[in-house]
Amino acid sequence: MQRVVDPLAPVAQASEFKSQAIVFVAMVVALAIAPFLVYPVFLMKALCFALFACAFNLLVGYGGLLSFGHALYFGWASYVAAHMAKVGVIELPFPAGGWHWLAIPLPPLTPELAILFGTAVAAVLGLLAGWLSIRRQGIYFSMITLALAQMLYFFALEAKFTGGEDGIQAVPRGRLFGVIDLSSDLAMYAVVAVVFVAGFLLIYRIIHSPFGEVLKAIRENEPRAVSLGYKTDRYKLLAFVLSATLAGLAGSTKAIVFQLASLTDVHWSMSGEVVLMTLVGGLGTVFGPGVGAFIIIGMENYLAGFGEWVTVIQGIIFVVCVLLFRRGIVGEIAHLLGIKL
Amino acid sequence: MFEIFGIPSTALFGQLLIGLINGSFYALLSLGLAVIFGMLNIVNFSHGAQYMMGAFMAFLLLQYFNLNYFLALAIAPLIVGLTGIIIERNLISQLYRVSKLRIVVFLASVAALSIILSLSLDPIVSLVIATLASAVLVEIVFALRLTDGASEPTDHIYGLLLTFGLALITEGIFRHQYGSAGQPYGVPDLLKGGQNLGFMFLPNYRAWVIAVSVVVCFATWFVIERTKLGAYLRAATENPTLVRAFGINVPRMITLTYGFGVALSGLAGVLAAPIYNVSPQMGSDLIIVVFAVVVIGGMGSIMGAVVTGFALGIIEGLTKVFWPEASSTVIFVIMGIVLLIRPAGLFGRRA
Repeated sequence: MQRVVDPLAPVAQASEFKSQAIVFVAMVVALAIAPFLVYPVFLMKALCFALFACAFNLLVGYGGLLSFGHALYFGWASYVAAHMAKVGVIELPFPAGGWHWLAIPLPPLTPELAILFGTAVAAVLGLLAGWLSIRRQGIYFSMITLALAQMLYFFALEAKFTGGEDGIQAVPRGRLFGVIDLSSDLAMYAVVAVVFVAGFLLIYRIIHSPFGEVLKAIRENEPRAVSLGYKTDRYKLLAFVLSATLAGLAGSTKAIVFQLASLTDVHWSMSGEVVLMTLVGGLGTVFGPGVGAFIIIGMENYLAGFGEWVTVIQGIIFVVCVLLFRRGIVGEIAHLLGIKL
Repeated sequence: MFEIFGIPSTALFGQLLIGLINGSFYALLSLGLAVIFGMLNIVNFSHGAQYMMGAFMAFLLLQYFNLNYFLALAIAPLIVGLTGIIIERNLISQLYRVSKLRIVVFLASVAALSIILSLSLDPIVSLVIATLASAVLVEIVFALRLTDGASEPTDHIYGLLLTFGLALITEGIFRHQYGSAGQPYGVPDLLKGGQNLGFMFLPNYRAWVIAVSVVVCFATWFVIERTKLGAYLRAATENPTLVRAFGINVPRMITLTYGFGVALSGLAGVLAAPIYNVSPQMGSDLIIVVFAVVVIGGMGSIMGAVVTGFALGIIEGLTKVFWPEASSTVIFVIMGIVLLIRPAGLFGRRA
């Protein structure tokens, strides 16, 4: 809101863009070098979660809507992508004198189409869940998103195609566009990095569009945005769908990378984890969620031997961040340097 | 033996009873959430973890001190309530009464003491002792310079995130200590056996749970809606500044309210211990359903929370009879429908 009326806005925006552009270039360079220094599978995992956290941040950091059920889109997209890449056949129940199964005989799809399918399903789920949950504000919104996610968790547990407790295993990575073999980690990494950067740029574009400005206005003062004539529900719904879609993109990609879709990704603890990543990195910062994802995934990797203490440490990070470092790591750095990141 | 809608009556009444039991827990937990929400304006995400703690306290009191069920029913909620009071005073209230130094001293002291103590004691006991000792320490150190009242506006989401973090800590420690498998906790001798009602068999303990839950819910409603103390509480919910101007210590009232709400979840935990196994994750799945219950009922009214809790438990039980696959999702579906028809919840006021 403030920036819209600020006469110095163009100047501020230009300097903001400059510092962000520098960090962005550094990030791309780092992503290009990283697979030769760090285990690529770890990088791919972290990148998938980084995209997930960025998508989540779009909703909470800029729209002020704390969804506590983002695992729903991430997890369901990964199920759908895994299913399309491995089996392909779509079975839909339809009512005609009792329930029947309508089978659409599709062959197993190439990875990019499987990812597209997963992302599209996440978008539809996001539209439905968003449509319901934006009817309430504040804490109720969080509780509704959590409850809806839990409902779809039970569906995932019961549904036939998800494989229940086993999940969908041994998903083929396949050939990108039917040509490029993704079974090598380096080729797969390149795809994941491109997906991440594309998703990141899209989110950046959304945040800095007129739509993003209105979204921030709604976050700051919804009644005022309403009185200015904005149909805030539409903006919130669109933000919700975009966020769910990008979370779905991250989940589908993860399913192809790890050749697995499982209940872990739809469980509420995954929703909690993405909140944690975003909070640690910095709510409402462009680069924060990515940094947070790398930190949390790294921590989980290196502390895996400590078993349940990982959960305890996550809890402690939550408490400390909320009480003492609300800006998160990137937010604190940006605050110290007096720039926007 | 007779049939209703083609369902044997024993099965129907059996599920109805299970529904009523679940409803008792939904009611107790959503009541606690509503009471806390009314005063603190936060959703207590650690409610499930505190329910689990109540059950574990009963289990531990039996194991270490050989205290029976009825003593546990009195003591465990007090312990859980006390931890709640400490948490409210040192952490939750610091969300809006910001004293960073106090937070740092408290957290550092808890961390240091529990690490030192856990070298010789088990982690849960050391955490409890460390928390108590740190709370006393912080009270003494900051007794003279409480930055009380210097409030900073805070977003409600931080309360949710803070209590979520606390829930993770509690659950993680209990899971580390006791694993995911449940610990058995026997039904007390006095409440063993059951009554044959002719159309069904009613175990005594189940009847007891329902009775206790109804009595506690009614008593809470009575205190809040019909006594002078309750009038203060409701007034402080509406306009804390004005109530403070009348010389009522609102921050203390908030702390005690949180302690009471948390104690209610502890009580529910003790009641649940003989029915379900005592296990670290018993609270987390339950609390999500309770959130849905709260969304359906709306947190505006005490009676609303209780009635919705019982009603949804019964509906869930009936669904188990007629369409078992849908029983785990029926409450969420009802939530969706209520959101479409009455977005503010059945008993809620439009915000």
